[in-house]
Amino acid sequence: MKLFEYKGKELFKKYDILTPVGNLVESVNDFSKLKFPVILKAQVPIGGRGKAGGIKVVEDINSAKVELNKMIDMDLRGYKVSKILAEEKASIDRELYLSISLDRSKRSPLFMLSAKGGMDIESVPDNEIFKEWINPLIGLQNFNIRKLLSNLKLDKNEYKELSKIIIKLYRLFREYDCELVEINPLILSKNNIVMALDSKIIINDDSMFRHTDIVPEHVEFTPLEKDAREKGISFIQLDGNIGVIANGAGLTMATLDALTHYNGKGGVFLDLGGTDDPEKVKQAFELMKKAKPDVIFLNLFGGITKCDTVAKGVKAVISEEGIDCPVVTRIKGMNEDIAKDILSDAGLVTATTLQDAAEKSSNYAKGGGK
Amino acid sequence: MSIFVDEKNKVLVQGATGHQGVFHIGEMKKFGTKVVAGVTPNKGGMKVHDVPIYDNVSDAVVETKANTSLILVPAKFAKDAVFEALDSGIKTVVVITENIPFHDAMDFVHYAKYKNATLIGPNCPGIASPGKTKIGILPGGIFKAGEIGVASRSGTLTYEIVNSLSEKNIGQSTCVGLGGDPIIGTTFIDSLIEFEKDKKTKGIVLVGEIGGTAEEDASEFIIEHITKPVFAFIAGRTAPPGKRMGHAGAIIARGKGTAKSKIEAFKKADVKLAKFPTDIADLVETYV
Repeated sequence: MKLFEYKGKELFKKYDILTPVGNLVESVNDFSKLKFPVILKAQVPIGGRGKAGGIKVVEDINSAKVELNKMIDMDLRGYKVSKILAEEKASIDRELYLSISLDRSKRSPLFMLSAKGGMDIESVPDNEIFKEWINPLIGLQNFNIRKLLSNLKLDKNEYKELSKIIIKLYRLFREYDCELVEINPLILSKNNIVMALDSKIIINDDSMFRHTDIVPEHVEFTPLEKDAREKGISFIQLDGNIGVIANGAGLTMATLDALTHYNGKGGVFLDLGGTDDPEKVKQAFELMKKAKPDVIFLNLFGGITKCDTVAKGVKAVISEEGIDCPVVTRIKGMNEDIAKDILSDAGLVTATTLQDAAEKSSNYAKGGGK
Repeated sequence: MSIFVDEKNKVLVQGATGHQGVFHIGEMKKFGTKVVAGVTPNKGGMKVHDVPIYDNVSDAVVETKANTSLILVPAKFAKDAVFEALDSGIKTVVVITENIPFHDAMDFVHYAKYKNATLIGPNCPGIASPGKTKIGILPGGIFKAGEIGVASRSGTLTYEIVNSLSEKNIGQSTCVGLGGDPIIGTTFIDSLIEFEKDKKTKGIVLVGEIGGTAEEDASEFIIEHITKPVFAFIAGRTAPPGKRMGHAGAIIARGKGTAKSKIEAFKKADVKLAKFPTDIADLVETYV
């Protein structure tokens, strides 16, 4: 779960990481505690906000009012701005980049540090990003900090202040089950103040059960995707018009891929998982219908799951509630023959191979035989 | 021969008395797996399919000489269960559980390494060496003993591929379900090392998907160290960036983990790539 910048900064405060003075603003009255110049920052989960018009410096309350009205409800690459953070402009001496994330290959937390702060880290050359991996069993040690910071020219005080930030960041990363904690830029000012000007925090969804203080705000999901999550169904909306239902994430992805060989395009990824529970099958079809695909492509492999039980569930939901688009099915595995009979009896198109089914679905989606 | 597991594995099941546990103990026994014990706290003394249940792993190990554990406990309790197994001297741990927080996985993967144990998963279907043993929830009926090694990040997709191999009378030495999470114990490279050493394995099938760089890492390893033919399928060619495609690990993040990059890496390593999952069997047939 991605946290908004202001939520991330609340966590920074909890860990005693300095952030600029600021608060969320809705009207001019909310600026009373702030010293101008002030920076208005739209709270949207996208990178490159500044270029998109989501960050504005205002010198006085009048221009604050003008810019605030412009920014609220603004559309930033598909996200409507509903929250705006106003912060006092900080004095910047040096801008650094500091993050801790998960390195999947090394299966360890990875610190990344660069003197090139304030820009997109992907555009920083690799030899200017310094890396240090932490063994999670022993945790962050002083030698890790020494190695990481030896890459920068720092005086004694700067070294001390940055060490503290690194320790706090590691604690935050571990205690909140983060996938990423990024400070970009982390600023150093002349009087040895180290401050996080921005925050980017992603918390691992699977760990939310132990972070009850974080209110889930899944800004990245569509309303139907949110509905599916609540029902425990793996459901993703894509930009094509063929709704794919399969069992298993890999098989569902492979089914979507197969469509492209016949110029078809997936509109929904729906992974039934290992279930043949008629209630779950019903919920899955209901969700799929709400997404309004032109064709539904059901691709099942029955290993432990019995194909005929799923087929019965599909037949029940279709005869009860009807369906207004073609449904192409391809069934393989345990009890596939019984399942095929049930599905063709329910008026669905049965195909023999994945290729055959992908071709049929793609043809229906183009308007053929509809 | 086979890799990682064979008839010598004495399996205990953690989370043995739940619906999944009871069902899969039965399925594994049918396959020929030596299931010697189950562990569920406070259920000691019970029996499931004649398998004795213990309150904790160390008692079960002392009584039954179990050396392998299958983890079926819910995600919240998985880390504790894996630590208990490793701390009780278990040398092979297969973690089926899905949705384990990845910080927990990071901890137990490192602890397994420290204990010189093999850890497979999490979020995987398990491992099968046909004719010998099956440790996990893979459907027993699809396998056929033979000479092709399979390692995969996906479950059902693996069943499809194994099934299509068996239908063509191409048997498997071992099929390893690596798991769909971002942090997993046993990797493609670990499997490649063992398959290369295994005299019986004549060819290797890798089933990859978007997310991470496991396939790219494997490609570099293949170029340097693997002499046997390698075949692969990659799922997620049409997946959009930033979306988690069902598996926690299947996500294109910050431009990394695309199918394109994996396909290019495999091509460089002279890995034969299949367009459709079931085409793997045709490819293997022409080479082996």
